[in-house]
Amino acid sequence: MSKKIYWKGLEQLNEEADFLKYSEKEFPEKLPTQKELKETSNSTDSTRRDFLKLMGFSVAAVSMAACEAPVRKAIPYLNKPENIDPGIPNYYASTYFDGSDCIPVVVKTREGRPIFIEGNGFSSITKGGTNPRVNASVMMLYDNARAKSPYKKGKESSWEEVDKDIINGLNSISANGEALYVVSNSICSPSTDKVLKEFSEKYGAELVMYDQESASALTEANNILFGKAWVPSFDFSKAETIVSFGADFLANWINGVEFTAQYQQTRKVGKDKKDMSRHYQFESILSITGASADYRTPIDSSKIGLAILDLYEVLSGAKSKSSFENINKAAKDLRNTRGKSLVVCGINDLDLQLIVAKINSLLSNYDNTIDNSTPLYTKQGDDKRMVDFINKASSKQLSGVLFYNCNPVYDHPLGDKLAEGLKNVKLAISTADRMDETASLCGYLCPDSHFLESWNDAEQKKGHFSLCQPTIRTIFNTRQAQQSFLKWSGNSTDYSDYIKSFWEENLFETQNSTLDFTKFWQKGLHDGVYEVKNRSTLAHRDEKASDTIAPYDEGQVFSNIKKKYPSNSQEINLVVYSSNVIGTGNQANNPILQETPDPISKVCWGNYLSISPSLAKRYNLPKQVENKVPTIELSVNNKKYTVPAIVQPGQAENTVGIALGYGREGKNIGKVASQAAGVNAFMFTSIVDGFSALAHDRNKQFSLKPTGNLETVAQTQTHQTIMGRETIIQETTLPEYKANPRAGRYMPKIATGKGKVDPNDISLWDVSSDGYSEKGNHKEKAKKSSTQLLWHERVGIKADKHEYNNHHWGLVIDLNSCNGCSACVVACTIENNVPVVGKQEVINRREMHWIRIDRYYSNPSDANKNNYEDLAKTAENPEVVFQPMMCQHCNNAPCETVCPVAATTHSSEGLNQMTYNRCIGTKYCANNCPYKVRRFNWFKYHNNDEFDYHLNNDLGKMVLNPDVTVRSRGVMEKCSLCVQRIQSGKLKAKLEKREVKDTDVSTACASACPSKAIVFGDLNDTNSEIRQVMENELDERAYNVLEEINVNPNVWYMTKVRNKDKAEA
Amino acid sequence: MKISTYVKSFRILLLVFILSSYHSFAQDENTSGSDGLSVEAAVVSKGEQLFSGNCTQCHAVHEQVVGPKLAGVYERQSVEWLISFIKYPQKVIESGDEYAVALYEKYKQYMPNHDFLSDEEIKSILSYVKAKTIEGPPPAENVASNDSGTTGGGQQSGFNTNLLLTIIGLLIALLIIVMIAMILMISVLSKFIRKQGDLSEEDQEYLNQKFKFSTLLRSQTFVTVVALVFITFAAKATVDGLFSIGVQQGYAPDQPIKFSHKLHAGFYEIDCKYCHTSVEKSKNANIPSANICMNCHNTIKTTSPEIQKIYTALENDEPIQWVRVHNLPDLSYFNHSQHVKVAGLECETCHGEITEMEVVQQHSLLTMGWCIDCHRKTEVNVKNNEYYSRLLEAHQGNDPMVVEDIGGLECSKCHY
Repeated sequence: MSKKIYWKGLEQLNEEADFLKYSEKEFPEKLPTQKELKETSNSTDSTRRDFLKLMGFSVAAVSMAACEAPVRKAIPYLNKPENIDPGIPNYYASTYFDGSDCIPVVVKTREGRPIFIEGNGFSSITKGGTNPRVNASVMMLYDNARAKSPYKKGKESSWEEVDKDIINGLNSISANGEALYVVSNSICSPSTDKVLKEFSEKYGAELVMYDQESASALTEANNILFGKAWVPSFDFSKAETIVSFGADFLANWINGVEFTAQYQQTRKVGKDKKDMSRHYQFESILSITGASADYRTPIDSSKIGLAILDLYEVLSGAKSKSSFENINKAAKDLRNTRGKSLVVCGINDLDLQLIVAKINSLLSNYDNTIDNSTPLYTKQGDDKRMVDFINKASSKQLSGVLFYNCNPVYDHPLGDKLAEGLKNVKLAISTADRMDETASLCGYLCPDSHFLESWNDAEQKKGHFSLCQPTIRTIFNTRQAQQSFLKWSGNSTDYSDYIKSFWEENLFETQNSTLDFTKFWQKGLHDGVYEVKNRSTLAHRDEKASDTIAPYDEGQVFSNIKKKYPSNSQEINLVVYSSNVIGTGNQANNPILQETPDPISKVCWGNYLSISPSLAKRYNLPKQVENKVPTIELSVNNKKYTVPAIVQPGQAENTVGIALGYGREGKNIGKVASQAAGVNAFMFTSIVDGFSALAHDRNKQFSLKPTGNLETVAQTQTHQTIMGRETIIQETTLPEYKANPRAGRYMPKIATGKGKVDPNDISLWDVSSDGYSEKGNHKEKAKKSSTQLLWHERVGIKADKHEYNNHHWGLVIDLNSCNGCSACVVACTIENNVPVVGKQEVINRREMHWIRIDRYYSNPSDANKNNYEDLAKTAENPEVVFQPMMCQHCNNAPCETVCPVAATTHSSEGLNQMTYNRCIGTKYCANNCPYKVRRFNWFKYHNNDEFDYHLNNDLGKMVLNPDVTVRSRGVMEKCSLCVQRIQSGKLKAKLEKREVKDTDVSTACASACPSKAIVFGDLNDTNSEIRQVMENELDERAYNVLEEINVNPNVWYMTKVRNKDKAEA
Repeated sequence: MKISTYVKSFRILLLVFILSSYHSFAQDENTSGSDGLSVEAAVVSKGEQLFSGNCTQCHAVHEQVVGPKLAGVYERQSVEWLISFIKYPQKVIESGDEYAVALYEKYKQYMPNHDFLSDEEIKSILSYVKAKTIEGPPPAENVASNDSGTTGGGQQSGFNTNLLLTIIGLLIALLIIVMIAMILMISVLSKFIRKQGDLSEEDQEYLNQKFKFSTLLRSQTFVTVVALVFITFAAKATVDGLFSIGVQQGYAPDQPIKFSHKLHAGFYEIDCKYCHTSVEKSKNANIPSANICMNCHNTIKTTSPEIQKIYTALENDEPIQWVRVHNLPDLSYFNHSQHVKVAGLECETCHGEITEMEVVQQHSLLTMGWCIDCHRKTEVNVKNNEYYSRLLEAHQGNDPMVVEDIGGLECSKCHY
């Protein structure tokens, strides 16, 4: 058994009085309902008499109302479309694209409205993975804050008028030969690229691309060293040693979803695969990528350059040893896995990127783990040109500008300067979906349609195409931006035909499976993706490849780095990062996204300053009390911001961090964005050597000052604590695992009169044969081979009185693969109509999520629990484990036995059922649940203006899944294992008169998981994936959380294995 | 008198003779028909099934619908010709066959190909047509009577209630008569006693005491009895009322278009699935869209004001707002395809005699008790369905496997 201790936050580690006070309670001591009621109404304290009066009245009202049933209308189609049948979902392949993520998806529609998005498994890039923003993007389709028509000078207008004005304006600009720019984020779509080229040619415009999280330096380095001005493809699946310097490649670094899919292949272990990659992470803030690393070293952002330099020098032999922790070790591993390793760097600094490229070429990783012949098109931004453009704008040299779905005033380091400059621009047009920070400074807003309303294509990587097709007619009076460009260029082609002809001209020839273009096109639309086999023939992109390689002075690079990253720096660094949930804030008005907690800090609804424990001590910050955290006054360039500060274990000593994507408070962004508020961290970024840097530039004045005040943040961290039980996370190291596959497993024994027995051998329910005498009974009874048995016979669940003759649904969650990305949380929320409760209610600990990701910090196991010094060191750099936690569907469920009205019962398929219309809200079940996964509906969240998110308006309600009840106030709810999907999968099998297959049913969480950490299936079906996994792992890594209480969950976990050397484990 | 009786009996005799001879003649022809159409009951009933499944949309035996009426069609052309025409009408017409061309000229419409039917199947349809032709048209009075109106539930028990009421009434009348008789007797007796005159004072008092109604009203026994009776009735009414909240059995709202199921499903025997297309694939048995109505009504009864409403709807692009008859609460999930396709239930099982309903009404209770009751009794339709194999294997005992045995009463089968 592991000697590690796990803690969810520093307050638990230090056993602070307040934490202990709350830790043993399901609900905080005081229930603020009364207070809130008082705030919202004028009534004084209500008494028992009032209650009785009200109750009498409501009973009367209800019975009066019940006399006359309301007349309900049934309105059929006038002309029913052939493929749409009410009640049957239709699925369409499409592609999500938001300027940085480009992910092939499948859209589920019901009665013509999109309600759910999942990844497209046909894509060889993402392999069906998604991230939280992709899943949540369906909510943005029904966002009431979107522009509902074109705007002219801030007033609603019509397309005819706007088109006329714009064409006139463009003509006059091009006639006078004045400067006209088209500004955009990276354009993945080859057809859009072509449209914009046509537009630029006609009016002499120049196209500038930039990225919020830029990879411009990487592109430039690739150009300098190899003459290839693009981002190459990376293949983490081939890498045995991965070294990352500040690259959060499992989240937002370049192609997070693709890299997650590749990375997880190297991290999975099992009966037939006992090897895994080794991952070193050097970073200043704790990212989810760092949390998954085997060896993680926190390094201040002002020193990280030296670490990279050291690694290069150690590898090249110029230096024998580095003073940085883990660099020597990483170098040794890299040398041993030459050609099967990968070094990446997420810092947008040309000198560092050059060194990293040098390291990779030294290790002969090019053509092995890095494919320089297949450019990635999701990051094409050129920081230098963007800066030139902004300079032009501010020096009044600009006559016209067109912002294609980008918002540089908000998300560019020089946004303020651009905002100034835009005042002097004659013709400024934005195609943003709402009156955002940039659009409100433009004369014209020509709103683009949501991607679910649009035609488009995309090319994530060279030769990897996907299509985007509309799944609903435009809800508002919007028009696809590409259609607008075509119109303004005088081209009357429909954009869908434009894409079609582009595919016919460029892609049709690259395949030989069909001679009929219509068939090819239809297959493309059906599959959503098309991948060209021979990619060298593709020539539609002008690739900026030059044969002449620019001169490169290594000595100069070295001295640059040494100058920029001084070894003796003690100053405080401000690091700006993007969370895997909110990202860069494109979907800031998405309530579902705002309520999904950050995987690391577990804070939702707003950003905060994360501060290292030692820095907190230095500033003498008051301690966090429950959700109350100290605030800090941040002053940057003489502007002052007050932000809450959260002490973040694992953060580099002199580093403070703040997340991007917040501070979008303009009234046109939306109510949700303004409720989330926060500070726009893009204001703290700067241009360093011509590149957008996400770390603070030392030239900017910057200081911190604790204010001494406290502020309440919505943090779910210390909710549902583990109550000191240490058997929840089970983990081991690779060498131990190889020696003993059961390493790290905690196998509790219960002392009885007949000696120590497994918890499974004792039963509370088994009265007739007191549970002890039955040992081995199941094995005798069964003459079938073990793999043919029903699952409960196979594992010998004796206490189990339930019989599962047909299905036995279950989940297996591989802690080794889970990186905490939270895509499952968002998918579950949307699939199951989980209400958004808002910041105040999260603070009141009433979040409704059916699945949560528990994040535990732990110390390396050699640290002494009782030694404070050791624990303090632990807080500086803890190990991190993520554990998705949802209803465990116990076979001996404690909740079921305490419900006074039998509202929660057990099914014959292993599900713990929750019947809302029977529930009377005693909350006994929640109190008796050892996993704390039950959620109580404190309020009616729909049709309630107190919860002004999406359930109180007709548009927002369109996202609701019609197969799942919208729960009302006063009932308990919890994970149902997506019973609606199970039922429809079973029905499909019944209609086809066959047995259920794996492909018929999957839960929302399992289908969203980009790293395939969650596997759902029928444990009774010997062919199912889950059964195969469990057959292999039952005696190895599989365990139930809290096995000793013998509730026999149907959700299994597999131990986490870290690839660490033995001595250090 | 005698003569007329003679004539009458002769007529009857004659009728019997004619009928019987016709009958025997028909039988003769059927068994060894020159057209080779069998009259075996099995063939005819198979033909009936095929006819209602494939033909009723456009054809009736005794009436011209979209296509010609089919009575005696086997006499108009040879069976071989009919088979080839039914299979490939357009081909036959285009081949220049005179009769076929004439048909096309008359109806201006191609009948769709029925090449999926085998020769035998077409013959069985023709046998059915023949049987129907011989049977003759149904009496006209049933057709399209619009005034039969709607009926609520609870009429079956009408007779019993009436009988009970009559008996109670008789008993009350008897009681009153007895009472009157008693009062008369009392007054006569007291008069008699008073006439006797030799009464003690005590007896005098007793005789002269007057009946006070107010005393009776105030007596505790009376109040208790009345209160008890009242409470009992009130409680019963409340409980009944509470149980009937939301129960809309017999609900038959007026619909925007007076569509008659009796006519379409009953008289014309159009298959339910012809209009309710998604009943075998979806949870909803969809209300047909207007284009399904148009399949027939672009040629039939185009002038009817009710059908004009469909045209108006289509012209104005305004959907028809039907009133929903069967309203399940949102908290319960019901799937038609599970019940109709998988379980093989007839629509009538839950929707009642829809073929008799002029205006559709809710036949069943649609309460949870009603659902569960059926799940307790109904045997699972496991025939040829691999899905149930594991369940069947595990099912013990000689009783048939009912829905309850495979978890049909579990909460989250319907509530999620």
